[in-house]
This record gives sequence, structure tokens and C-alpha cells, in this order.
Amino acid sequence: MAAVTLLKTQGLTRHFGGLTAVNNVDFELPAGQIRALIGPNGAGKSTFVGLLCGRISASEGAVEFEGKDVTTVPAHKRIGMGMAYTFQITSIFSKLSLFENVALAVRRATNASNSEVEAAVMDALSQVDLSDRAEEMAGDLSYGHQRLLEIAMGIAQKPKLLILDEPTQGLAEVEVQNFNKLIKNMSQTSTILLIEHNMNVVMATADYITVLNFGAVLAEGTPDEIKANKAVQAAYLGAE
Amino acid sequence: MTNTRKIWGLHIAVIVIIGALHFILPDYHHGLLARTMVLALFAMGYNFAFGYTGLLSLGHALFFGVGMYAMGLGITELGLSPGISILFALVCSLVASTIIGALALRTAGVSLMIVTLMFAQAGWYVILYFGSITRGDEGFVIPQASRLVAGIDLANSENRYLIALLLFAIVLLITLALVRSSFGKVLVAIRENEERARMLGYDVFSYKLRAIIVSGVISGLAGAAYGILFGYVGATFASVQYSILPLLWVLLGGAATVLGPFVGTLFMTYLIDKASEITEAHLLVVGVVLVLLTLFARQGIMGEIKKRIAPWLP
Amino acid sequence: MEFGPNLILALIEGSVLAAVLTLTAVGLSLVFGVMRVVNVAHGEFYMLGAVLAYVIASMIGGAPAIAFIAALIIAPLLVGCLAALADIVILKRINYDPENTIVATIGILYIIQQITLVTFGPDARPVEAPFNHRLSIPWFEFKDGAWEMYWPWGLGTTSYKLFVIFAAIAIMVALWMFISRTKAGLIMRATQLDRDMAQSFGMPVDRVNALVFGAGAALAALGAVLIVPIQQAHYQMGEEPLLLAFIVVIIGGLGSLPGTIVAAIFIGLSDGIISIFFSPTLAKILSTLLVAFVLIFRPQGLFGKAER
Repeated sequence: MAAVTLLKTQGLTRHFGGLTAVNNVDFELPAGQIRALIGPNGAGKSTFVGLLCGRISASEGAVEFEGKDVTTVPAHKRIGMGMAYTFQITSIFSKLSLFENVALAVRRATNASNSEVEAAVMDALSQVDLSDRAEEMAGDLSYGHQRLLEIAMGIAQKPKLLILDEPTQGLAEVEVQNFNKLIKNMSQTSTILLIEHNMNVVMATADYITVLNFGAVLAEGTPDEIKANKAVQAAYLGAE
Repeated sequence: MTNTRKIWGLHIAVIVIIGALHFILPDYHHGLLARTMVLALFAMGYNFAFGYTGLLSLGHALFFGVGMYAMGLGITELGLSPGISILFALVCSLVASTIIGALALRTAGVSLMIVTLMFAQAGWYVILYFGSITRGDEGFVIPQASRLVAGIDLANSENRYLIALLLFAIVLLITLALVRSSFGKVLVAIRENEERARMLGYDVFSYKLRAIIVSGVISGLAGAAYGILFGYVGATFASVQYSILPLLWVLLGGAATVLGPFVGTLFMTYLIDKASEITEAHLLVVGVVLVLLTLFARQGIMGEIKKRIAPWLP
Repeated sequence: MEFGPNLILALIEGSVLAAVLTLTAVGLSLVFGVMRVVNVAHGEFYMLGAVLAYVIASMIGGAPAIAFIAALIIAPLLVGCLAALADIVILKRINYDPENTIVATIGILYIIQQITLVTFGPDARPVEAPFNHRLSIPWFEFKDGAWEMYWPWGLGTTSYKLFVIFAAIAIMVALWMFISRTKAGLIMRATQLDRDMAQSFGMPVDRVNALVFGAGAALAALGAVLIVPIQQAHYQMGEEPLLLAFIVVIIGGLGSLPGTIVAAIFIGLSDGIISIFFSPTLAKILSTLLVAFVLIFRPQGLFGKAER
């Protein structure tokens, strides 16, 4: 696979008052990769992806997406350019049906006709095994199913870059297995950036891993390299 | 999609029934229903922002007032023909809602309520300040000669009912089409979870602004129609009371239902009318109904029907 | 009258307005600060204070001073109890949901106002001031190479108006002592800072709410009793103080007491000045627009500090 760079950051920094949550991060993500972003709690992972998709504005530095500087582009336009984002704390339309939740994601991303939208919605729902519950209210789902719905909303956008913020949190073991397959499948068409605490998921899916600690990149490498990395071990042991 | 036919059928049936009532109703109810339909326009406009988009404004009297005064002053001061003056009113309410929306939507929630309230109060004071033109609190009458549109005399109560029905039908069906469109569904999504909608790639500000504009223009149309149909323009219609009334109508009838605004307006119009026969303190019912609604019936009448009987209601 | 004497007059009238406004606005601000409740019925509690003052004064009769003092004590107490009752019966039951609370207090506004209309009637009624000496103010002019003192016609005030200003200052000092020195005040401040924390420390948050809502309304009523010998009691008199109190609370920074006081003085004086030199309506147009723009562009208030 030709390593075309999809996303790149240079000196990306974000301060909150006196605290520097993300500190001078240079980051590069080639198209087609499944990249895991790991690090101890409070390492700045969520802030970092928030900066990538525009939920949080950068204090310093730049974000480039497909070669274009998007540092000052508002979030909804970055999504329009082909990013998709799923929230760490489940964020769905709880008073709307599952179908409508996903349809909102599909309709924004395409100009398809009603029947095509319907097909795309059902396809996304079936990938997370929720297609038989399409007419239920999203708020009536169990927590784990709400996480899956949120992932379906990400998939349905057919994004170039899918950012998943702790997607497996609260999923049952079987669902995690399915999730792993789903991610592998997704990576045929999308580049994936995965924040994840579950090391089994990371090791099973990721091509490459970036470790953040205290807002800065501590190490980068393949899963095996990261496993063997002394600094990473120290950071995790120190944090726990 | 049998729901689609059921929904359009129901709303068209409502229009047809009101049309048939024209031939049956005694004068008192005939007049009251005509008034209700015009005010229901205002309520439908309000519902578009409040019910569907979740934007609670306390300043819609401004849009109602802008429509009414643009129409009235267009006739008396600018010498416009009645038809043109209504178009003029629509343009003015479009401009007003665009400006107010662009400013006020930088805030949300309680701040949005206060900002819209303040703009509307400023508008009301402006009407009083330029009393030499607007005749202030006293208001002015639209001369009967200026109430002829395309040969139809709007001072005639039969014509008034039919014109009110025509406008009501148009706005009702437009609202129905809008809330069922993908545009309307995005508005509901924004109301339910604004941040999620933004992170699906929707330009939330632009959607909200368009919702305010639709809402403001319908409210302006209502103001212009009320002024020309009943022949009077007065500052009361731009006062805070006329910002609270549409809120009350929509809450009572059921927010985010297409028929709710009409149902709520109908109930309140009769209730206030009956109350004013008994006491001069007829606004007491407004207060009591508001408090009871917040305590016991957050969904309103159509909202309860939607919840219990007909979940397919838009 | 010339410019100078006119300005003095505007400043005096503005100060009286500022004094009453401070009480009304601090009441509104207190309720918002501690309870996070926007009380749209606040103006009606003010109106009720004035109307009750009339009722009490005319029931007691006799010397104006005694009737007035009785009204000054009883009317705010009654209004405070009524407000506390409204809090328990209505606001508590809707869990102080911000938007619902506003709708409910609009309802309370109409209920109080219309019941007053039915019972008290539509007429404006005066309460006699306990004392009311006319005080003329001299003015100096440089004429023919020498300062000349004279008494411009119309430049003056009354002893009662000065009393209102001092009474308001005294009440504010007492309120400040209450909040900063007593246990009840401490609980209020704790609730304002962190409601959940206060609750988990076993503070009686429910009772604090009722107390604060009552106290806020009583402050408005107190302001109204003070003003009623100058203006008359009328069932619609609550609208203007409500608007002005809103303006003051927002410009001063929501929930900040010092900001509220500074803003009350600022708005009271500028309203007095603009009203005398231009028109009261113009003053209202400018101040309502100012509030809207402050909320849009500087939500922390003109005198508040930015969060970060």
C-alpha cells in the first residue's frame, strides 16, 4: 500500500488555563491504517482527537487533512471533508429511533434518494447486529447497544477517517469480538484512529500504535515494538 | 408508507372540516374561529422554532409586530396597496428575523430567552417612541378603503373567515411538509442533541438561523394578516404579552406537533373569551394554565394524544 | 432651568431610583445566584409589596409614621412568605428546570397581577410619607465678576427621598452582614458555590431554596414599600422594575452581588439623566439593547471578570 498521508499534525498544542493537555505533538497517519492511540488516564488522548476533528481549538500548531491545513476549519466542515467522530461518553439522539439516528448520519454524507438512504441505514445497523431493532427508540437501548449504535452512525458516514473514542467501553466480551472484526472490515475503506484502553482490542486490531503521556508522544511503533518498549511500561506502571 | 397517507389525510381533513364549519357556525363562533386561525398562524410560526428546533424565544412579539406595523404603516404612510403591503411585511420580518437570529443565536437556553425578550422590548419601546407616526398605545385603524385585496372586501366577516382559512391551510401544509423533510429532521436532531448533530457534520448555527427565519416570517405574516383582517394596528400586539401567548398556545396544544398550535390557540381563545365575560381579570386564566402545564402536562394536548394513541402524528 | 441645576436634579432622582433598584435587583440576583432560577414574577412581588403597604397603612390609620413603619415591616414579610410558598408548591416540584421555571414564573406573574386587579382594583392609590419636608437646593452663577447664589425654581428634593437613599444603604449593609457573618448566610454561599456538595454535606438545600426565594421577593417588596409614598400603588407597577432589575442583574454579571450594586447605581443614574434630558422611552430602548448585547458579546457582565 502506498503510504499517502491522510492526517498530519505539527507542533499541536492545547492549554487549559495553566495546564498543557496536549504538548507540541507531531503526528502522521497514513491512509488505510488502523492506528491505536493509547496512554494512561489524563494523557491528553481525548483532547488530542478533539483537536483533530475541531471540537476543541488549537492553542498552537497545525492540523493537516489530505494535504489541506484545517487548523481553523470548524468541526462540522471537517466532518464534511470526510472525518467521522464517535464520542467517548455515548452521544446519540435518545428520543429518535435507531433508524433515524443512523439516517441523520447517512443523509448528511450523501445526496442519495430515500430508498438508497434506507438501504445504507439498514446496512450500517446490520453490521452492529441492530437491524431488527431499527424502529425502537435509541434511548431504550442498553448502554452497550447504544455504544454500538454510535459506531453504526460512524460507519454509515463512510468516512475517510473514522475516529473512535474508547468504543469498546461497556461492551460485552462477544460484542468486543464482533467489534474487532468490524474494525478490520471497516479498514478496507476507511482509515481508523482508535483510542482504546482494552489492550486485547489494540493488539488484535492495530497496525501501528502511538502512545501519549503527559500530552506528548512517548513512543510510536508496531504492537510488538510497543509491547517491548521500556518507557511505555514505566509510564503505565507509574500511572497505575 | 401508509403513514404518509394517514398524515396528509388527517391534516387535509382538518382544513376541510373548518371549511365546512363556515356554513354552519353561528356568528359568535364563526368570528372567534376566524380570529383563532390567524393567531394559530403565529403559534405555528412559534412552534417551528420552539417545538421543533428547541429554541425558546420570549421575543416573538417583535416578529408579529414587525409584520403588523410594516403592513399598516406601508398602507397609511407609504401608500402601498394592501397586497404589496403584505409582501412588504414579509420582507421586513425576513430582515428582522435574520438580524435578530444571527445575534441571538450566539447564546442559548436562558440567555437566549432574555436576549430575545430584550430585543422585543426594545422594538416595543421604539413603537412608543415614534408615537407621532405609530400613534403609540392607541394604535391606528386601517381605513376600510384600504382593505380591498383583488376586489375582496376584508372587512366582510365571511371573506375574513375564508381568507383566514386559506392562510391557515397554506401555513399548516407548509409546516407539515417542512417538518417531514430532511431539513425538519435535522432541526429535531439539533433540539435533541446539538453536539452530536454538529459532529455528524451539520452546520448547527446555519440550521438554527434558518429555523428562526422561517419562524419569524410566518409570525410576521400572522401579524400582517391580523392587522389587515381586523383593521387595527396597535402597540399591544408588540408587547411582551404577545411573546408569551404563542408560547402558551404551543405548550397547551403540544410543542413539536403540527396541529398542536391550532388546538392550543383554539382552547385559549375560547377560555379567555369566556373568562372576560365574567371578570376583567381574564388574563388570570393565562397564568393558571401556564402553571398547570408546567406542573402536570408538559406534552400538551396533541403531545398526549401522540404519546398515548397516535405515535405517528408529526 | 439651565443645564447645571437640571443635572443635579437628574442625579437626585436617579439616586432614588438607584436605591430602590438596588434592593429589587439584589433580590433577583440572590435568587439567581443561589438557586439558578430566573424569576420572571419578581416584579409582581414588588407590586404586591406596594399594594400591601397601602392596605396595611389604611387599616392601621392614625399617624402616617406609625402606619408606614408597620407597612415597612409587615408587607415584605407577607410577600416573602407567599414567595416561599410558591417555591414549595410550584418551583420545587418542577425541579427548577431552567426553561420550565421561567414558564412557571410567567404564570405566577399573571396570577398575582390579575388577583390583585380583582381584589385591589385598577386604580392607583397613594400611601402618605411619614415625613416629607421640601428641601430647596441653591445654585451658584458667575455674574458681573462675582459669584451669585440663587434658588432655581424647581431645583429641590424632599427629606423623604433622601431617607429612601439612606434606608437602601442601611438595608444593603445589613444584608451583607447577614450573608458574611451568619450561619444561614454561610449555608447560602455554600449552596451557591456547589449545590450538590452542599446537599451531600447534609445542608437543608430545600429549606435554603424556599428561604432564598422568599428573601429575594421580600427585598423587592421592601423596595416597593419605600417607593410607594413617591409613586402610587397600582396593579401594573411591577413591569418596569422587573425589566430594570433584569437589566441591572445582567449588566452586573449574573449572580454577583457587588456587580449588581454597581450596575444598579449605573443604570439608576443614567436612566435618571437620559430620562430628564431626552425621554424615558429612549432610556429604555438603550438599556434593553445594552442588555441584549452584553449577553451576546460579554455574558459575564460589564463589571464581571471573564471565566478564564
